[in-house]
Amino acid sequence: MEEMRILLRNVGHINPTSVKEYMAAGGYQALKKTIAMKPEEILAEVKAAGLRGRGGAGFPTALKWQFVLSEDSPEKYIVCNADEGEPGTNKDRILLSGDPHSIFEGMAIAGKAVGSNKGFIYLRAEYPYLFPILEEALTEARAAGCLGHGIMDTDFDFDIEIRSGAGAYVCGEETALLESIEGKRGEPRFRPPYPGVKGLFGKPTVINNVETFANVGVIMDKGADWYRSIGTENSPGTKLFTLCGNVVNRGVYEFPMGANLKDIIFDIGGGIPDGKNLLAVQTGGSSGAIINADQIDMPLDIDHVSASGGKLGCGTILVIDDTNCIVDIVKNNLSFFEHECCGQCTPCREGGTRLLELVQRFIDGTAKLSDFDTIMDLSETMSLASLCGLGQSTPTPVVTSINNFRDAYNKHLDGDYCPVCSKERGRD
Amino acid sequence: MANTISNSNTPPAQLVEVAAIASRYKGQQDQLMRVLLECQKVVNTFSEDVAAIIAREMGLSQTHVYGFITFYAMLSTKPRGKYIIRMCKSAPCHVRGAREVVKAMEDFLHIKMGETTEDNRFTLEYCECLGICDISPAIMINDKTYGNLTPESARELLKLYIREEGK
Ligand code: FES
Repeated sequence: MEEMRILLRNVGHINPTSVKEYMAAGGYQALKKTIAMKPEEILAEVKAAGLRGRGGAGFPTALKWQFVLSEDSPEKYIVCNADEGEPGTNKDRILLSGDPHSIFEGMAIAGKAVGSNKGFIYLRAEYPYLFPILEEALTEARAAGCLGHGIMDTDFDFDIEIRSGAGAYVCGEETALLESIEGKRGEPRFRPPYPGVKGLFGKPTVINNVETFANVGVIMDKGADWYRSIGTENSPGTKLFTLCGNVVNRGVYEFPMGANLKDIIFDIGGGIPDGKNLLAVQTGGSSGAIINADQIDMPLDIDHVSASGGKLGCGTILVIDDTNCIVDIVKNNLSFFEHECCGQCTPCREGGTRLLELVQRFIDGTAKLSDFDTIMDLSETMSLASLCGLGQSTPTPVVTSINNFRDAYNKHLDGDYCPVCSKERGRD
Repeated sequence: MANTISNSNTPPAQLVEVAAIASRYKGQQDQLMRVLLECQKVVNTFSEDVAAIIAREMGLSQTHVYGFITFYAMLSTKPRGKYIIRMCKSAPCHVRGAREVVKAMEDFLHIKMGETTEDNRFTLEYCECLGICDISPAIMINDKTYGNLTPESARELLKLYIREEGK
């Protein structure tokens, strides 16, 4: 199996801030072509390509843009979600540090498509070292006439500003992110209205992930037909995957959608280090499904992963070896959500704390059989009633791990020895 | 997340600097994050007096500024050391021995996670994924990242920081 580097084509090959080198590699050609097109034509191309959002939900990008285009407003915004907070995800950092101009280009094309002149990049505070790179690249792009007033001697204006987060996972949720840019607590908004109608500063707003914008330039450059020839029917194109945890070759890789999970772990990842064995894999970050070693022979595209009870999400692949305990991993996931829950809605706030307590009982060896039912009931309530994706997906690792590792839970129920949890019980 | 604001005596010179930063963005609520991040370089923590000055200079309510500060993990309402050590506790670091690294740093600095050393030099804090899982387990000391840590290499790293200024 081999990588297919389309989004990563320039990473490591050009000086990331240099507009000259980006253009020498064919950069900003797509923008040039797009500026001469009508908004409807651009949308038609993106729609024909079948591009779906790469931030987590997989929503059709063209549809999002269509909402904003059809709004009649003198001010509209393009927002790039660079608040990469899902544990185990590094792909946006690689794109932003290795090829920032490709993101600017995608944003400017989106601006042309929906009639917006202003973009924002919301960058997480954990990446402070990216600010100078992005600022320098922006300065170069403006100087070369690729951003700013009258781009490429046309009457199209588009400029980008960088805004910082400050360590709140929930700000990766699109409406929380908008609140944060506005200088408020990053609490998700009730929807409708959706950002496409009433977004940043109350204006129609396109909000997409970094990787989604990286795809836009490629599509406009090479065309929808070419793009569709890669990936699967329902998830065209490539996807960036972050391979992490107990695997030999960690890092960010690019494959066509539908690449096989097992091949990624063993062919590309080099398998499990130190002579250990594979215990489990969690795809899609801390809110993703946890599957066992027998289930990993599966294609990774948006729909297949959904069918397994999880989500492809940001393309994170966490490999877990057999020195770990699955219940302990689930506890780790849950304490993440307890910490990151914004506290606004009850199902997420209360439910998250209760789920953690219930799982802790298994770790302590004090759980009882009916706790499984309590967990399942609670999980269902949280998925249905939480206000945003955070609370809705908190139960995913719990439910999937109970389904796929029932034995491990039963052993904890019986109070059997566990190399990880027994230490915590303080009994040996 | 932290949710109390301490009332403290910030040196007047620092308050003046804070006021100067905040006054540049009068009436621009959406620049509050920028103002706070810049001010945090001056004052290290947001006590009540600092927050009040920022609110006044920007023309925002104190409640708004407090509410904002207490929401974001990286805006601190507790005094912290010169070096803030953020230890990632997310799953990819967890499965690669983060726990042992935590133990080593706690023992070496004689403090627990969440505490600051007596000489105000180091604060140990947990954080979530730093986005550098390819080198997990990872930490960040102020704006610098370090990875592939073992208990030994973590101790060596801290020693380097201590050596820089002497004991
Ligand atoms: S999980 Fe620790 S850096 Fe990502």
